[in-house]
Amino acid sequence: MSVINIILLSILIVGALWTVLTRSLLRAAIALAFTSAIVAALMFRLDAPLAAVFELSVCTGLISVLFISTISLTYPLSQEEKLQHMQVRMQRFRWLPVIVVALGIGLSLMTVKFTLPALAPQTQSDMRLVMWDLRPLEIFGQVVILLSGAFGVIILFKEAGKK
Amino acid sequence: MSTELLQIFWSFGIFVIILAVIGLYCLLATYNLIRALIGLEILIKAATLSIIVVGYVTGRMALTQALVVTFITIEVVVMAVAIGVVLGIRHFNDSLDTRKIRNIKG
Repeated sequence: MSVINIILLSILIVGALWTVLTRSLLRAAIALAFTSAIVAALMFRLDAPLAAVFELSVCTGLISVLFISTISLTYPLSQEEKLQHMQVRMQRFRWLPVIVVALGIGLSLMTVKFTLPALAPQTQSDMRLVMWDLRPLEIFGQVVILLSGAFGVIILFKEAGKK
Repeated sequence: MSTELLQIFWSFGIFVIILAVIGLYCLLATYNLIRALIGLEILIKAATLSIIVVGYVTGRMALTQALVVTFITIEVVVMAVAIGVVLGIRHFNDSLDTRKIRNIKG
């Protein structure tokens, strides 16, 4: 296990903690984009460039845009409300860093001995061949999911507009 | 399978478990709907990373990449629809707090 992977994974955990513990929602969305970018970098390191490109463009780009536009549509809290809200929130989240550190130490001290089950024979070595030759039904499924999502969003906004 | 690959699998596994715990804690402890979606997103990141690590360890990167691409597509659609639902809830309740959603009748 290379040192770069360990550093990237540590930054990933710090990014996830920043996402969860930060005060403003906007910063949480930006931190989530940062976490996604680190996941994409790890995918590049693990020889999965196409999945990494998808992760980088869709999760870091599109989902961040979705979150930031949603946050811009909601009311910001007043300063007093924000302070009060933060105190209550911090009480609920105070155990998270403790749990993360304890879990990290506990799991790294654990010596796990396991063997993975026998592997299925390798059929194709190229992702494009797997997508188009072996799993064409999956692409059809993706198109159906995308269409249903698009129609779902259209219906939701239509109903909201009517009322 | 070599011991080195299993060691890589377990090293990544530790971080994936921690990431999943962070996402789950966020999902359980928050009352804000957008923060709940962010927690869900972190959980999905942990799942995606675990699939990629398994592909790397077993040498089936082509299949796992195809799976992850499908997974990311589903993730985006789920997020888009969930954000639409959240905006609808805010429109009717003027709040994103789950404790204030009292008008759902079933």
